[in-house]
Amino acid sequence: MATEHQSETLLKVDAISLSFGGVHALVDVSFDIQKGEIFSIIGPNGAGKSSMLNVINGVYQPTQGTITYKGEVRQGMRPHEAAVQGIARTFQNVALFKGMNTIDNLMTGRNLKMKSNLLMQGFYWGPAQNEEIVHRQAVENIIDFLEIQSIRKTPVGRLPYGLQKRVELGRALAAEPTLLLLDEPMAGMNLEEKENTCRFILDVNEELGTTIVLIEHDMSVVMDISDRVIVLDYGRKISEGAPDTVRNDQKVIDAYLGVAH
Amino acid sequence: MPVELAFAIEVLIAGLLSGVMYSLVALGFVLIFKASGVFNFAQGAMVLFAALTFVRILEMGVNFWLAIAIALAVMILLAVIIERVMLRPLVAQPVIILFMATIGLNYFLEGLAQGIWDSQVHGLDIGIPDVPWMSILESTNILISLFDVWTAVICGVLVLFLAFFFQKGRIGRALRAVADDNQAAMSVGIPLQLIWAIVWAAAGMVALVAGAIWGQRLGVQFSISLVALKALPVLILGGFNSIAGAIIGGLIIGASEKLAEVYLGPIIGGGIESWAAYFIAMLFLIVRPQGLFGEKIIERV
Repeated sequence: MATEHQSETLLKVDAISLSFGGVHALVDVSFDIQKGEIFSIIGPNGAGKSSMLNVINGVYQPTQGTITYKGEVRQGMRPHEAAVQGIARTFQNVALFKGMNTIDNLMTGRNLKMKSNLLMQGFYWGPAQNEEIVHRQAVENIIDFLEIQSIRKTPVGRLPYGLQKRVELGRALAAEPTLLLLDEPMAGMNLEEKENTCRFILDVNEELGTTIVLIEHDMSVVMDISDRVIVLDYGRKISEGAPDTVRNDQKVIDAYLGVAH
Repeated sequence: MPVELAFAIEVLIAGLLSGVMYSLVALGFVLIFKASGVFNFAQGAMVLFAALTFVRILEMGVNFWLAIAIALAVMILLAVIIERVMLRPLVAQPVIILFMATIGLNYFLEGLAQGIWDSQVHGLDIGIPDVPWMSILESTNILISLFDVWTAVICGVLVLFLAFFFQKGRIGRALRAVADDNQAAMSVGIPLQLIWAIVWAAAGMVALVAGAIWGQRLGVQFSISLVALKALPVLILGGFNSIAGAIIGGLIIGASEKLAEVYLGPIIGGGIESWAAYFIAMLFLIVRPQGLFGEKIIERV
């Protein structure tokens, strides 16, 4: 278990609150994410899971609180800066570039890895062209890993939902992130697709050492693959710990099943 | 060469050459459409703004090249301001909202251009003589305007430059990514703001060249902003997101409207040059709504 190692904190969320007008999406939420673990955020619909992810990724600026990433305290950042610092993500509603094929979608994920300057890129000269080939190889490796060879040149808008989700995962992996944020990667999938996705997530975590933050509202899937779990309900953290601890927490059971008032 | 054939070739060439100028205006639209999925209603106003700025600086007695450089700098500055003030707050909003914003921008720029400078007609001479190409005229009896040839060369170079720059590799991909999904583009680290500023600056540069060339033709005045309307059929024909489409579409529209005017005009009473292009565009919409080179939009239902 990752928690038993000499662990190192990658991301520290400290007393984060987020409001939209009068709606409190997150209230005073704190937790740590250790390097190399699979950390899950679960909770009923509307609990604030995606909002939490959006705060980490810089889409939303928290109303209060701070985030410490790689030892650097920050109040907020832009999504582009988050990407530069090694945070990649997938979206709850698939956000692919629909007109492009699978390869091009994955190549956009390599964007920050490309070093040759804008002008060279524009004219597609010398170094830029070689670079393109190198990155193409990296993308092909990801395609093999995710077993999507057969759809390499298909415009992603034509793909069924499950495969779109897999391409989106591929695009995030193409950036070789330090921290990978997955927003309901298994929503809308059948059992076989869910098992595949679990396998990919575990492989990425073990082979590349990528730290993963996973959001799900389906508890059963998460419990099997997570090192640690926090539970949100109405924007507040109600439980935290190893999957077994959380599963047996009375507050969590109440949140999921409802409770007589 | 028989006189009739020479005349037909003359008409065709004149049409193709003026088509290049349509391509140029259309290109301004294509660049912005490619990078944001938005039809920039203000492109015509940008042409007016660029041309007025250029001609007024020139009238102050500034050197020709310096005046171009200043006008270009103004257009780049304008692009940066538009990105900062108008586009940035509208990130990830539906395309129709951005479109509405460009309508507002259109009226703002028209007013601003004529407010800063004035609304008189200004003659503009960019130093290209409007005379026939004598050696061709003497050897083949075909009359070709040197002005048309020169502008076609200038437009052609600019078009090739932009096509090369924005079509290939990483930048081309980044543009399409930004147009498809703002949020996702930012999440993979594409600097959305920078891309937008670059594209609007390029559109501003195109507007300046178009404004200068059309300005010598028509004089720099308010109606120059209406040349943007000429780009519409070109875009429909070529496809809104294809640079190659803008070029080919411009040539087809230019040639066919001149030929139609000369050969169909007398039969149905003349004056069809002004609407022939729109008629062709309409026929095209029925057959191939995405245009010759446009991307077909895929939607899973």
